[in-house]
Amino acid sequence: MTAETAVGVARQFTSRTCQFTGLRVDVAAQNLIKANAVAAVVFLAIGGLMGLLVALTRWPAVHLLPAEWFYLVLTGHGANVLLFWIIFFEMAVLIFASTILLNARMVMPKLAWFAFILMVVGAVLGNVAVLQGESSVMFTSYPPMMAKPHFYLALILFAVGALIVVGQFFANLIVAKEEGAFQGSMPLVTFGALTAAIIAVWTILSGAAILIPTLMWSMGWLSDVDPLVYKVVWWGMGHASQQINVSAHVSLWYLVGALLLGAKPLSEKVSRTAFFLYILFLQLASAHHLLAEPGLSASWKIVNTSYMMYLAVLGSMIHGLTVPGSWEAAQRRNGYDKGMFEWLRKAPWGNPAFSGTFLSLVMFGFIGGISGVVLGTEQLNVLMHNTLYVPGHFHGTVVTGTTLAFMAATYLVLPLIFQREIIWPKLAKIQPYLFGIGAAGISLFMMGAGTLGVARRHWDITFSDAELNFAHSAGAFLMMGLNGVFAVIAALGGIIYVLVVVGTVLWGKKITSGHKLTFPLHAGGAAAASQYGSHATVKLPGTIVLIAIFFVSFVLYYFINWKYLSELWLFR
Amino acid sequence: MSTKETNVNVGGAGAKSEPIPFMQRLLDSPLLLLFLGVAIPTLLYTLWGVMEVVAIPLAK
Amino acid sequence: MAIAPPEQRIWWREPIERVELTWIVIAFLWALFMFFFMIAWHFIGQQNLSPEAYRILPSAYEQKVEEFAKKYQVREEKGVPVVRPPAGSDVYMLGRLWQWWPILELEQGQSYRFHLSSIDWQHGFSLQPTNINLQVHPGYEHVITLTPTETGQFGIVCNEFCGIGHHTMTGKIYVTQKKAETAPRVAQKEERR
Repeated sequence: MTAETAVGVARQFTSRTCQFTGLRVDVAAQNLIKANAVAAVVFLAIGGLMGLLVALTRWPAVHLLPAEWFYLVLTGHGANVLLFWIIFFEMAVLIFASTILLNARMVMPKLAWFAFILMVVGAVLGNVAVLQGESSVMFTSYPPMMAKPHFYLALILFAVGALIVVGQFFANLIVAKEEGAFQGSMPLVTFGALTAAIIAVWTILSGAAILIPTLMWSMGWLSDVDPLVYKVVWWGMGHASQQINVSAHVSLWYLVGALLLGAKPLSEKVSRTAFFLYILFLQLASAHHLLAEPGLSASWKIVNTSYMMYLAVLGSMIHGLTVPGSWEAAQRRNGYDKGMFEWLRKAPWGNPAFSGTFLSLVMFGFIGGISGVVLGTEQLNVLMHNTLYVPGHFHGTVVTGTTLAFMAATYLVLPLIFQREIIWPKLAKIQPYLFGIGAAGISLFMMGAGTLGVARRHWDITFSDAELNFAHSAGAFLMMGLNGVFAVIAALGGIIYVLVVVGTVLWGKKITSGHKLTFPLHAGGAAAASQYGSHATVKLPGTIVLIAIFFVSFVLYYFINWKYLSELWLFR
Repeated sequence: MSTKETNVNVGGAGAKSEPIPFMQRLLDSPLLLLFLGVAIPTLLYTLWGVMEVVAIPLAK
Repeated sequence: MAIAPPEQRIWWREPIERVELTWIVIAFLWALFMFFFMIAWHFIGQQNLSPEAYRILPSAYEQKVEEFAKKYQVREEKGVPVVRPPAGSDVYMLGRLWQWWPILELEQGQSYRFHLSSIDWQHGFSLQPTNINLQVHPGYEHVITLTPTETGQFGIVCNEFCGIGHHTMTGKIYVTQKKAETAPRVAQKEERR
């Protein structure tokens, strides 16, 4: 790890050459990645703990918190994990993909530090506002329910910081190209990050467009904010921010495949086109939250909720083939060519970066993806709008998909960026499985409870204080209990993750030259990640089987829900 | 279309003359993609949506 | 290594693997099917949410609902009027902190013009165990033509967070058997399918 001052085409920057990947690492970018990753984990720890408290309260037999605290903690849970954890980590991903992966430098690192500070201030202020107890308005903060001004201000500060970093991503990319750090097209992983950055711009602009007037309303400068207009614009932020995640974690799937298996995309053209479909249409799915609203036409709902004829879903389904397909192709090249599934059996299951990524891919597709399309179907939405099905769905996308992918990527960030050997590798090995199983259970049981009508964001499903009593079925109570049990499992996985990260950063063995990694990379991994190029002709019988299972599940589940719908009361 | 073109190396003499296809150039232009990715949802989702809300008639 | 020139200058003209192409075609057809099925359901299905809505002052809506309740009240339950409107008529319900008001008594198989709004915050109208879930906004009156298909007692839960009493916000709808003499009047109102 010798630090060298390299003479670039246009500018000098302090860098080192990574002994494992051969990539040139800009030290300024590296420090920023470290800072953002650490902040991400801190807010994951806070938000995750809040999530556990929520689940334990909704477990009827435990019913931990009093109502007031429950709604407070639920608001904090949403803000901390859905925004702070994920977006801090995404900032690290954007910086990585636009500098290190391109052998390029970070443009204006001081500005990025300023942005980082803004984001930290925003995130801390947000937590203060929530914990003070007068801003328990949920993550969505629908008017006319009003939070204290500093609640909105916190979100705005955080978003401005994020927007600056996104701007720097574009600057890095353009400067890298001009200075000749890379030639031709950017690598696919960077293209995926670009997709995330583009969606982030729209997300943050939507957020600004609605949160600034809402802040003014909260200050008393505006008399009111229309609740329906708020919802339309706010979801441009609320849902699209989750589309940043999708783009970011799909990029990481490609990255991990490249680094650990030497995988290249089956075809650059196909994978990039799939991302291009995201850029064009993925954001339209913000309409998923407005299907049960008054006054919006069926045309608007159908065009938007279907991401323009499901073209963005087509993008996801393409990645669903090309990501495991590229892994299979790489593994067969690595010599695991026997039968249909030797490539999968002999995959590095003991490496948490791989196992986490694999689980993320499978569960995002089966749990998050399928339920998302069903939930976002214009008419089917009425079956589940605002029930626990909704958080069930998005724990399938954001927890089993994004969070698990980010956790997996952390096992690469620690040795390669922090240059520390992972402490407690045995714990690290089981972590993705523990967290994955827990998160999958949370998603599935919440969806089950939602199908039985249990409301989301609800303190007491026994309605014991209600004047007109109502009783949910025994099945609903069972689902909520199971949800609690799996939340405990996921929390264990989360705690291990935080311990391993903190332990490694503080006490992990420093990696010096000639070090052999506990969880090794593939020899050709860096080239596969940082250059473009497609795999040669290969047969992919294993992936075809997996995709066929996925497609049949998707079609069956889709029609089951139409059957449910057709049995409802009639309305038009 | 033909496989010959796909094997052309950037260093090769004939490579520079071959024009880069439109779609590839589009996918290599971050700012153009940014424009599309912001304009499409703003028009189809936000503006159209807000217009529909504003157009809701007053109750009789 | 990674700074070396890219393998191919032009990748857009690479041929696509047959596996990929087949899957893209299948996925695209499925996407089209799902898209057109939503449109088709507007013609073949009986569960489509009406876009009919009006802007209204919460106080004006409250007044409408109170007049309606007074006119058709048949009894009272825990201080809440139970209202039995004639089949085919306009029916009003309001959400407020923290109740659904009033209690309705409807007839199975009859269609009603069902009005829904809030007079304070947003609420979530969640009819259980039927599982029909609608968002309710203050200032907007949503009108749907609703036909109960089963008899019994149904709970209404609030599933949009509306403050500290959110979990105590409930309501009720009774659905009774259709009376024989009203049947012909409905037949013309009902869409047949």
